[in-house]
Amino acid sequence: MPLALALPAATALLFLLLPLAGMIIRAPWADAAEVLTSRSALLALRLSLITATAAALITLVLGVPLAWLLARPSLPGVGVLRALVTVPLVLPPVVGGVALFSLLGRSGLLGRPLYAVTGFSFPFTPYAVVLAQVFVALPFLVLTVEGALRAADRRYEDAAATLGANPLHVFSHVTLPLVAPGIAAGAVLAWARALGEFGATITFAGNFPGTTRTMPLEVYLALETDPGAALLLSVLLLGASIFVLVLLRDRWFTRW
Amino acid sequence: MVHQVVAGASGLIADFLVRRGAFALDIQLHAAAGEVVALLGPNGAGKSTAVRALAGLLAIADGRIAVAGVTVADEGVHCPPYERPIGVVFQDYLLFPHLSVLDNVAFGPRTQGQSRHAARRIAAGWLERMAIAELASARPRSISGGQAQRVALARALATDPQLLLLDEPLAALDARTRLVVRSELRRHLADYSGAAVLVTHDPVDAAALADRLVVIESGHVVQSGSPAEVARRPRTDYVARLVGLNLLTGVASGHLVTLPGGGTVQLAKSAIGPAYVAFAPAAVALFARRPEGSPRNVWPGLVSSLEPHGAGVRVEVTGAPDAASSILAEITPAAVAELDIVPGSSMWVAVKASDIDIYPTVPP
Repeated sequence: MPLALALPAATALLFLLLPLAGMIIRAPWADAAEVLTSRSALLALRLSLITATAAALITLVLGVPLAWLLARPSLPGVGVLRALVTVPLVLPPVVGGVALFSLLGRSGLLGRPLYAVTGFSFPFTPYAVVLAQVFVALPFLVLTVEGALRAADRRYEDAAATLGANPLHVFSHVTLPLVAPGIAAGAVLAWARALGEFGATITFAGNFPGTTRTMPLEVYLALETDPGAALLLSVLLLGASIFVLVLLRDRWFTRW
Repeated sequence: MVHQVVAGASGLIADFLVRRGAFALDIQLHAAAGEVVALLGPNGAGKSTAVRALAGLLAIADGRIAVAGVTVADEGVHCPPYERPIGVVFQDYLLFPHLSVLDNVAFGPRTQGQSRHAARRIAAGWLERMAIAELASARPRSISGGQAQRVALARALATDPQLLLLDEPLAALDARTRLVVRSELRRHLADYSGAAVLVTHDPVDAAALADRLVVIESGHVVQSGSPAEVARRPRTDYVARLVGLNLLTGVASGHLVTLPGGGTVQLAKSAIGPAYVAFAPAAVALFARRPEGSPRNVWPGLVSSLEPHGAGVRVEVTGAPDAASSILAEITPAAVAELDIVPGSSMWVAVKASDIDIYPTVPP
């Protein structure tokens, strides 16, 4: 292997892995039990797991049909649509939070009439956390599933149609199972993105313990007051992410 | 969807036009119930397009398709594939990789509203008939090509279709498997009561499996008839090559046919008007010097190629009977050696008039 390639490749690898290793080494493991079972950490962890899972499920329900639509070869203007879907991917999450606030905040475009009619408004509720996470995670799922759909052999759908299956039946019984590994990968990515979401959450949902203070927010706060606790919480998040990746890889990624 | 019922019609009645970019497929295709029609043609002739149009996967631009008396495509009518009484065996079978062999075959009955249990029972029955019952729980990726072909046929037949479409069903198989699967397919097609259309580019498959051949070239039907008729009296160069005959076109007058290039062919019987002249390569003799005596047709020519063919050698001679024509001769390897034939050799070509078939260019 030429050195000109090996050197930057090794550097990249180290750059990705060393900070994680540093975090694990520097974490005050002696305090682990106390920090990780503290009320605020448990509240944040619980909120994070629940909201990230809810967000991942919502992106699945909404994102898979959108990916299916984008993968249609005959759809006009599909390039523009795909570009629009990609926007939240490149947008700074804080801007996403501001955008959500302007639409769904108590005085937002939709938020104001919603508040006027029901007395409910999203900001400072766990629902806002989920919305912020869906906003940033949806493109990950859509683009992953769309790629899987494009790579899949669409002639299986023809075969199913000649066997009497209508388009919805073809979608649920042939298309979905064929791209199941892609959907699983997209869902994992979306879940991981939702779990790590910070900017849009703090902007749109706020930072209230137990209702909107997710793990990343907890870590950020802890870093100012108790850096050791921040390290431990970060290691916990890292562990959760790796655990899910490994779990899903064995179950779905090598199914056939 | 309006289904127009055609009185007294069974099987397939199709006469349609399909456009794909610059390519147009314009064919007429009939297949009675119980009949197997082979759609034969070179690559790019439009065979697969025809299958997709019949299946409803492609919309027709004009014309009409009726299956078992029901119009499935006509002006303003386009039944989607899932509403047509059809079964399709695709070229590479397209067995669903995520389903077991049994559930692949049960897929059709399930969409027709059978319970999971009933659908699986029907599927098991078909696997039994195809002698592959032991594969029921196997995944398609783990079975052989010949087995996949049987599963694909079982899956297509399990919906009890009125029209069975087979798109190059043997093309994906190796030579030995092909022989076995062909004879099995022949038996299953004989048992099948609906109309069957078989697409192939292999004349042997077509002759072995079909009751009738329809030959298409560049989107048009160029010849149809029983395999024996087509093999005996080809009407295009493509068909002549397929069935291994020399074919010339000319105008007959009495015992003489005049070719466009000016050459003439002597006949044993008299004919009149535009006609095809056909004779087998084996009926062609080659001589180093102009032969004397009985053969009526003797032309000089140049050997352009030699190719082993079965136990003999096929020699292509250009410049005979005239500058614009060429003739295939089939001779023994011994004769090749004796005459010292190489590409470029000057030879005399002789064909007995009695070995030559003549038939009018306009079919009766």
